[in-house]
Amino acid sequence: MSVRVQQEDFDLSAEVAALRAGQPGVGAVAAFVGLVRDMNEGSGVSEMALEHYPGMTEKALEAIVAEARARWDILGARIIHRVGTLQPCDQIVLVAVSSAHRGEAFAACEFIMDYLKTRAPFWKREVTPAGARWVDARETDDSAAARWEKGGK
Amino acid sequence: MIKVLYFAGLREALGTAAEEVSPPLDLLDVGALRAHLAARGGDWEKLLTTKNLRFAVNQDMARADTPVHDGDEVAFFPPVTGG
Repeated sequence: MSVRVQQEDFDLSAEVAALRAGQPGVGAVAAFVGLVRDMNEGSGVSEMALEHYPGMTEKALEAIVAEARARWDILGARIIHRVGTLQPCDQIVLVAVSSAHRGEAFAACEFIMDYLKTRAPFWKREVTPAGARWVDARETDDSAAARWEKGGK
Repeated sequence: MIKVLYFAGLREALGTAAEEVSPPLDLLDVGALRAHLAARGGDWEKLLTTKNLRFAVNQDMARADTPVHDGDEVAFFPPVTGG
């Protein structure tokens, strides 16, 4: 499975090993790991809960991987996104891409992450000293995704 | 019937995660369904006032003019914040 949504943590080394296992044509792997920060919008964050839309989430992530495969000559891709309750320093998301050369892996990894941020139905709720709040979407995430729409590579 | 889902802050504000809605006779698209539900008044008006409300039809991102048919699954939610 190239896409997984799960409560459990993940192991970067194990996932990268599985991504390139038995594939001597892989010359590059780019991986991104997103983490829970202890600070957001000027407030301390002690806990985060991630909600998602079961069914649509997997479908949206698969579509993003398919789009990346259509744009770049990549050999494999994997997305793992955690849901449920997380603490600062916890891993949230992994995107790993394999290809023959580094250019495709770097670009596709960044593309997948940018599209995930604006198209995959996840929502963060964080606990701060002032109480719990839903995290607002950032315009910078929209502009990061938009640059790929102008045929960006 | 149309299965309607609400997520995140909107789900919390409405106190409802899912419901079955009889499609109004003049139902054409997501925008019409949104107006139909908001017409209940009270908290339901948040369907109109929530900034940048997003929609999905049958688990694909949709727009206000995306057609809706009997038997579809329609979701309303705030902009996504994963990753």
